[in-house]
Amino acid sequence: MISQVFILSSKGDHLIYKDFRGQAGNDIVSIFYEKVTALTEDQPPVVMNHKDLYFLHIRQGGLYWVATTTVGSSPFAIIEFLNRLAALVKDYCGSLSEKSVQMNFALIYELLDEIVDYGYIQTMSSDVLKNFIQTEAVTSRPFSLFDLSNVGLFGAETQQSKVAPSSAATRPIQSSREQGGKSEIFVDVIERMTVVIGSNGVLMKADVEGEIRVKCYMPSCSEMRIGLNEEFSIGKSQLRGYGAAVRVDECSFHQAVRLDEFDSHRILRLCPSQGEQTVMQYQLSDDLPSALPFRLFPTIERDNGGRLLMYMKLRCDLPPKSAAINVCATIPVPKGSVSLSQELSSPDQSAELKPQSRAVVWQIARFAGGTQLSALFKLEVPSLSSASMLEVGPVGLSFELPKITATGLQIRFLRLSPVQPGPSQRWVRYVTHSDSYTIRI
Amino acid sequence: MPYLGGEETVRELRRALSNPNVQSDPLRYRNTILKVIRTMSQGVDVSGLFSEMVKACATVDVVQKKLVYVFLCSYATLNPELSLLVINSLRKDCQDPNPMVRSLALRNMTNLRLPSLVEYVEQPLTAGLRDRAACVRRVAVLGWAKLHNLQPSSEIDAAVVNELYSLLRDPDPVVMVNCLRALEEILKEEGGVAINKPITHHLLNRLKECDIWGQCEVLRVLQRYRPQSEDELFDILSLLDSFLVSPHPPVMAATLSLFLSVSSSLPAVSLAALERVSGPLLAACGSGSREMRFAAVCHIQLLLRSVPGLLGVHYKRFFCGYAEPAYIKERKMQVLVELVNDENVAMILDELKGYCTDVNTDTAQAAISAIGRIGRSYSDRCLQILTGLLGLKQDHITSAVVQTMRDLVWVCPQCSDTVCLALEGCEETLQDIQGRQALLWLLGVYGERISSAPYTLEVLIDGVRSEASLGIKMELLTATMRLFLCRPAETQDMLGRLLHYCIEETTDMCMRDQALLYYRLLHCGIEETRKVLQGRRSDPSLGVLIGRPAKPVSQWARCFNTLEPLSQGAVEAESASRGSPEHMTYNPKPNADLSDTLSCSHIQEIHSGSDNAMRCSDSSTDGLASSITAPLSLSLSPAVSPEDFEHLWLQRQALHTERGAEKIEVVDCAWIEECVRCPAVLHCSPQSLQAAMQLVNIQTLAFTPQHTLPWRVYLYTHTQRSHSTDAPNTTLILGELLCTGEANQKAGVKKGTADSEAGAEGKEDQLVRKEMVATADRLNEDGQEEEEGIKVTLNQQPRDDDALRQFLTVLTTVLNTLSSEKD
Repeated sequence: MISQVFILSSKGDHLIYKDFRGQAGNDIVSIFYEKVTALTEDQPPVVMNHKDLYFLHIRQGGLYWVATTTVGSSPFAIIEFLNRLAALVKDYCGSLSEKSVQMNFALIYELLDEIVDYGYIQTMSSDVLKNFIQTEAVTSRPFSLFDLSNVGLFGAETQQSKVAPSSAATRPIQSSREQGGKSEIFVDVIERMTVVIGSNGVLMKADVEGEIRVKCYMPSCSEMRIGLNEEFSIGKSQLRGYGAAVRVDECSFHQAVRLDEFDSHRILRLCPSQGEQTVMQYQLSDDLPSALPFRLFPTIERDNGGRLLMYMKLRCDLPPKSAAINVCATIPVPKGSVSLSQELSSPDQSAELKPQSRAVVWQIARFAGGTQLSALFKLEVPSLSSASMLEVGPVGLSFELPKITATGLQIRFLRLSPVQPGPSQRWVRYVTHSDSYTIRI
Repeated sequence: MPYLGGEETVRELRRALSNPNVQSDPLRYRNTILKVIRTMSQGVDVSGLFSEMVKACATVDVVQKKLVYVFLCSYATLNPELSLLVINSLRKDCQDPNPMVRSLALRNMTNLRLPSLVEYVEQPLTAGLRDRAACVRRVAVLGWAKLHNLQPSSEIDAAVVNELYSLLRDPDPVVMVNCLRALEEILKEEGGVAINKPITHHLLNRLKECDIWGQCEVLRVLQRYRPQSEDELFDILSLLDSFLVSPHPPVMAATLSLFLSVSSSLPAVSLAALERVSGPLLAACGSGSREMRFAAVCHIQLLLRSVPGLLGVHYKRFFCGYAEPAYIKERKMQVLVELVNDENVAMILDELKGYCTDVNTDTAQAAISAIGRIGRSYSDRCLQILTGLLGLKQDHITSAVVQTMRDLVWVCPQCSDTVCLALEGCEETLQDIQGRQALLWLLGVYGERISSAPYTLEVLIDGVRSEASLGIKMELLTATMRLFLCRPAETQDMLGRLLHYCIEETTDMCMRDQALLYYRLLHCGIEETRKVLQGRRSDPSLGVLIGRPAKPVSQWARCFNTLEPLSQGAVEAESASRGSPEHMTYNPKPNADLSDTLSCSHIQEIHSGSDNAMRCSDSSTDGLASSITAPLSLSLSPAVSPEDFEHLWLQRQALHTERGAEKIEVVDCAWIEECVRCPAVLHCSPQSLQAAMQLVNIQTLAFTPQHTLPWRVYLYTHTQRSHSTDAPNTTLILGELLCTGEANQKAGVKKGTADSEAGAEGKEDQLVRKEMVATADRLNEDGQEEEEGIKVTLNQQPRDDDALRQFLTVLTTVLNTLSSEKD
């Protein structure tokens, strides 16, 4: 049971406030914000309480999404509710930001009104909601296919010649209704990697969490068939085919997915509802089919002048035609590091010392597969001792690998039946993100 | 954030709203109303516009209607009279042909929260229950709950309650779930909606139709149901099995709660459910939403209380991501500590070591204390890491390390040598109060082994006038006193200065009193002082345990899937990290009655005839530990570390078998085997056994968890017989209690298989569990019938038959007392 829901900006502005039960005062919002700001950390605990009222919040799009409730409520249900609420708002408003929420507050009030009644969740399915929601979304920026300034481009498997800009999927779902023509469907395969590499270069842990997301802008879509790799197998025992099998440990599906052709042909059948939904989730531990995308070869020493020298060689082991983007290595350095001088192997990299987070941040906008970059960092550390070397590392790497899946999962085909009248576009995109990619030194 | 000049805005809005030109243009009118709502949600008080907004309510534009309703519902309570005007247009909307308009009107009518309007609302609500459209029925059902809460005193019509019950059969699943919710609220005083067999089965059969929110609600309500037979219970459980492994964490958690509450009398079933649910919970731990991850990790901590080894192989899933927030990291580290075993300890320590230099000081300190907790079982590796960290010379790390070492030494006295060596030079880096307090405590207690201790204290005593923290000053006083007892020559002068300062100069009464107490104590003589100040150096309650005791599921089942596990700060085990360990020592509280019987009857029995018998009946541990001077007394010091124990034990066992079964005369040691008949001891918890042994100064070093077979306990003690004033005659006794229970086991298995054939549930793991329970139950009975004894093997060095005999009496009495306790 939810007493109130409110959305705050990171600065504490009240964006949305809805009281479902009328049991608590209006000052609750400011009490929450005081609690958040009273903590020195920028990451307050998920659950906080004020007398017997409990606040649960999530952070998304730089906003606080807060629900108040009583102690007996299920945290799983409320966190899931807030996550879905954020996802719905994103579907309806196009993107999640302080600005979009502010501009679409009427729409969000309407959503909340339909989703929750008297603190009880009624429905969160976008199929049902679309019949009730009347307000139009307001977007800040007119949608344009020519907006190619954004870097996050993913290739589209179905239409090799065309590339959809990454902003293509960040528009409100309802706009298709009156724009008429643009009926599009996006199928995204998104994987998150968690990797720990030991100081001797041995892989200690590798996890991949993946999901297939469908974002549908078609006002009425009948049936969609998604074909996965034929040699896709689940679990350790069952292997199919002779080629490079794609294997995952565990796999679960959205309840709307019909699996009658899955066992024989690895085909998922579903009738997508408008908006975004996760069709399939899977995970794989420890046994990656391909090489790790990055290897780091660090050399760390002190020179006679009392400076710390860090020589980093970073190798990208992706296939030569692909590339990683937005690569960022965070190298923790000893406390009290004063200044940094650097020698980078190419001009498109940058590095900077961040004293408050005690780290050197090395950024590479684009890193082609099969190449190697190196950097020499010279750090001025006044109180350098042999023990401070212990403080260097582990290096955290964050990156994005467009067009690549770590598990090798591919979508063979994407068919809509019956064939849509009028122009319809189908996009398939792959991307692998780093969830946590740690290399110990 | 309220703007300045809010009034100005309100005035402008009013002008716009009442402008006929605006009113005639629907788009402009709607935009003006939008502006009002926006101002409202920014926190400005726009209640002054109520009458204008009431007028705006009469429109055909649904969007405008919705906006106005948002406004009206927020301010209705401030303007009850004006709200009457709205009711008419709302009632008219309730007759609208469009079901969406009907449901909207009905919902907002009940949301106005005005007791004075109840009479106008009842009629449309009654009609709403029989509406054709499901969305209207949904709203109407909840409307009754709202109405009831507006006037909790007035009885709601029994006819309505009956109608709500009948709507549980509504074809729309949301209406059904809403009926449950409404009845729960309306019938709160009677304990909520009646959950009988037909309703339960109806709800269970329709569970698949509901969405996840409905499923959670139904599962929650069903927790109150108690199946009438075991068959029915298993039917329900097998029906719910697919929900238990649902990919949606809310459903999975709600199902597990239901499992735990329905099968609370069958612990084996609960344990099987926990094992089954660990997969989906682990998946939730890797969820993309970090809040969800946090919730899952917190609940895994609960599970681990009952099944400590559950996720041992999955420990890598609890390694922290570098970008994860501190609150998740902290919980993950707590889980990692729980999962340590011989195979993964190296990997886990390696991982934790990496966190110790984290930028976030809280994370770093939590990692250090996690290493300390692992150090209780794997002290050498952990001390090596901790000592290495001191080399970093960073105040927050050093402080955490010193505190961790203090806590570790308190539990594992065998670590003290390494710790004493490591402490040299720490005082220069330490800045914060807790760290310095910990250092002072260690200097006081182990001062004789730390060569620089007096100099460290001297620096602090010289600066005591500028010391702000009272805690440090008190700790300093005690530490100096303790050091004086073992190194008087070096300390006397500074102790004098410190006492003088405390008594003459300080204004704090607490401090002054303490100093006066010490001063007078010194007057009484050095022996008295020693007795008061040199108490225990280690926690008497904890030996080295093989495996943590598993707590029953019922202990935490109630708070599963609530906010409690997420909001309680640290787990109970983390508590021993602030202040001196002595101040929060283990109180001898192993079942009050138990300690009484033990200390009064049996100890006196041993010392009968001695003058000191009266003194020994004092049940305080300290009294027993330090002041027994009876003909035979047992003591725990010097401590025997598990390694030493193992070494000695194996060595002597080898000697013994070499010589055959006859009593050994050589090497001046004795080896006897006895049989004690007290089978119920097997069923008493390790804690109470340990506590009982502790009371008579026998240290248990290791034991198997209860109910496992063969059941073993290893223990040791020192006997002391002071005949006169000359050197006491001490011996070391090592012992093993063993119960193989082979005969019982066979009987138990037979019973177990019989059970499994009769079992209705087809799941193998559950059956195995059942067998185990059956075995344990069987054991209980067999124990009483066959009276199989516990084999006691004792090993003494140097040989002293009288002492050994007396020790055996003590041991037998303790075991018998524990047995009778169990009966």
